Parts: sequence; structure tokens; C-alpha cells
Amino acid sequence: MKIPVSAIRLPTRPGREYESRFDREQSMLKMLAIPIASVILASMVTTLPIFSSGPLLPPFGLLMFLSWRLMRPGLLPVWSGVPFGLMDDLFSGQPFGSAGLLWSLAMLIVEIIDSRAIWRDYLQDWLIAALLITAVLLGGWWIAGLAHAAPDPMILFPQIILSILLYPLVVRICARLDSWRLAT
Amino acid sequence: MAPPPHRRPGFSRKAQYGLFVTYVVAIAGTIVAALLLMISVVDPAGFSALRTFGSEITAPVARAVSVARQSTQALTRNFSAYIDAGSKNATLEKELKANRSALIEARALRVENARLRGLLNISANDPQQVAVGRLISSTASSTRRVATLSIGRNFGVERAQPVRGPAGLIGRVIETGPTTARVLLVTDSDNLVPVMRASDGLPAFSAGLGNGLVLIKPLNLGESPFKVGDIIITSGNGGLYSANIPFARVIRKTSDGALGLPFADPANTPYAVVMKPYMGAARAEQQAIAPDGKTKEVAE
Repeated sequence: MKIPVSAIRLPTRPGREYESRFDREQSMLKMLAIPIASVILASMVTTLPIFSSGPLLPPFGLLMFLSWRLMRPGLLPVWSGVPFGLMDDLFSGQPFGSAGLLWSLAMLIVEIIDSRAIWRDYLQDWLIAALLITAVLLGGWWIAGLAHAAPDPMILFPQIILSILLYPLVVRICARLDSWRLAT
Repeated sequence: MAPPPHRRPGFSRKAQYGLFVTYVVAIAGTIVAALLLMISVVDPAGFSALRTFGSEITAPVARAVSVARQSTQALTRNFSAYIDAGSKNATLEKELKANRSALIEARALRVENARLRGLLNISANDPQQVAVGRLISSTASSTRRVATLSIGRNFGVERAQPVRGPAGLIGRVIETGPTTARVLLVTDSDNLVPVMRASDGLPAFSAGLGNGLVLIKPLNLGESPFKVGDIIITSGNGGLYSANIPFARVIRKTSDGALGLPFADPANTPYAVVMKPYMGAARAEQQAIAPDGKTKEVAE
């Protein structure tokens, strides 16, 4: 599969000086693996020794997933919310299937938005992401409350604010990963 | 960004069906996820094998980072100890004087305690420790307060064993894996602990609030008898948690109880001791006659 690139960079590694500068192909493995690996690794952040007295750590897996979806529509298939969400459930401590359901619903909502809206810019992306992050965190709280005793929903407030404010940073990381992914 | 071109697949039947199938798969997947969720809500321990797998594969990294983190903490602690050595010395001298008299009283109490125990013929029911590990991660992004312990079945850790740190009670084991275990912290809303006030043995229950605090509710009705600064310890009622483990300090009085701050801070505890369930043998005998949820009819 040949994908035209608009800008060809000068080679940075000395070993590539003698390779052709035209008609290069991206590595198929890199193109597929980087989005998948980045979302899964972001989900695994919660297994690092970070201790908080309440839910404070933003759901990085969800942020990364939404960034890829909103930044590169069509890259992740509509059904990808289920496998990524179930993967996130392994590490998050929520009842198994909670993120699988909520991320998939978020994906369908973005799909509906995309089918109605002609164009969306960065601020609208951020708004969509903010609403979805709030909905997914509240949904996660509700689901955890079905299986176990649930705390007061107000303790989610700092986490929601922090997650919304961190979304632009995650989009930038995502954009860097994307340019690495598509580099030849 | 403009919507992607795949949305209008043109006249190609193959492309149209392909697009249709992705939507069918997406909705079917959502329904499957909802079913999985229903199963895990009905049976919370159902998918513990999968979660254990998740914590097992990430445990090596978490262990390494945890070690690095603890040595950094020790470094900063030593450094700051040098800076305020003088003032600390004065405070300690003062505390030493106050403690000396308390120590004498305690020695007398110990003698009296031993005599009373002898009268009552109670053997010292020391809870034996099973193993010592470290907390290596926690569910910092979920409303549940569950931590991962660095040891598992390889050190004999089993479900429903209490876990304590040097400062106080941390929680109880809810799931075990080959080399990791998951600990439900006392601050989780699901975790009920029978406690009492240290000064007079006023019995109470503690339930987590999910925000690092616990709600202490006394058994007796009426106005809250607690005062700010009261020390709460476990009472040992009902087995599981042995008595006299430091638990929490009351930081605010509410209309029908008190808010407590647990002594054991999972972020700061250098090690976690897994203990055998208190009165475990008695509980096992009880279970043998009447298993949980099944009471046998007594033949008359």
C-alpha cells in the first residue's frame, strides 16, 4: 500500500543517506501498532505506584482513545471501543465490562456526531471530548455503584476537571505519535 | 476535521456492506460488553482471573518503580532530618519526659493485664502474620479503592486476610494471583470494619467514603459521642480483623457519627503485613456446619 506523503524530510540517521528518498512506504506494523499500543499503555498508567486518596488520576486510556478517534476519524473502526474498553477494565479496578460498554457508547456517539456535523475544529473536538469524559466517568461511578457500595458522586469532580484540562496535552502526544506513525 | 471519506462508499455494494457490517459489529459488541458487565455486577469475583492476569503482567514494572520511589522518599527524608535536627531534638526531649510516666503506667497495666488473663484463662490470641509485602499500585482513576500487593499465593496470601501496615489497618485481601494480590482499602465504600474508641471501647462501625476518609458510626443511637482527635482502633468483633490495630483519628464530628482519617496511608506505608484472619479457626468450624447463605434446618 502506497500512501503519498506531502513532505519528505531529510534523513536524520546516517545509515539512511544512501536509501531512496522517493517512493518510500510506511511500515505497516508501525501504522497499526502505534495507535493500539498507545491506548493500551495509557490504560496501564494506573498500574504504576500512584496512590491517591480518591479518584484523581485522569483515565489516560480514555483520553488517548478519544484523541485518536477525534484527531484521525476512520482510523479506529466503530467497534474498537469494545476491545479497548475491556482491556482498560483489566487495569482500572472497575467491574469488568464497564469501560467496554461506556467506551463503545462513546464511540457510537462520536460516530453520530460525525454523521451530522460537516466539519469540526479543535475547540469542538475538545468540547465533545469534555462531554464524553464527563459522561464516561459518571457512568463508571454509576456502574461501580451497581456492584458495590458507591461513594458520593461529588468526589469525581476534581478528576473530571483534571481530565478535561489534560485532554489538549494528550492530543498533542497523539499528534506526535501520529507523525511518527506516518513517517517513512 | 472533515468527516472521513469512507462514510459515503459510493455505488460499490461491497463497500456499502462493509460499512454496514462495522456498525452491526459495533452494536453487537456493545451488547456483549453490557452482558459481561451484568455478569460482573451479579458476581463481582467472576472475572478476577482476568484482572489478576492484568496485574501480574504489569507487576514487574510497578515493583521496579515502587522501589525507586521508596528510595527517593528515604533520601529526601534523611536530608530534611539533617535540616531540622536542632528543633526536633528539643521536641523529642520534651516528649521523652512526658512518655516516661506513661511508660511506667503501661508497665503496671501490663502486669495487671497478664494477671486478669490468667484469671480468665485466655491464651494470648496473637494473630500470626502470613507474609510481608509492599503496595505497588492502586486504582487511582476509579471510584473503587483497591491496591495491588507485591506478594500473592506464592507467599500464602489468601482471600479475606486482613492487611496492616506499621501505622495501622490498610484493608483486606479480595483477590489473589500467583505473585500479586488485590487489597480492598479501608477507604472503599464497600469495606465495613468493626471498630471501637481506644479510650473507652465505645463500639462502632467504619465505612469508607471513597475520598480517603472513613465514616465512623457508633452502635448506640442518639447524638454523636465522638470528639475531634479521638483515636479509633479495631475491636476484633466478628473475627477477621484482630483487636487493637490502630485504625483512624477523628477529624470531624457529624450529626450521627464522625469522619476519621485512617492512620495507614497507602501512598506512604513502607511495607504491608498480611495477617491470618482473627478467630479464623472458629469461623471455619462455623462455616463447616452452616456455610454462607445456607442454613441447615435443625432436626428436632
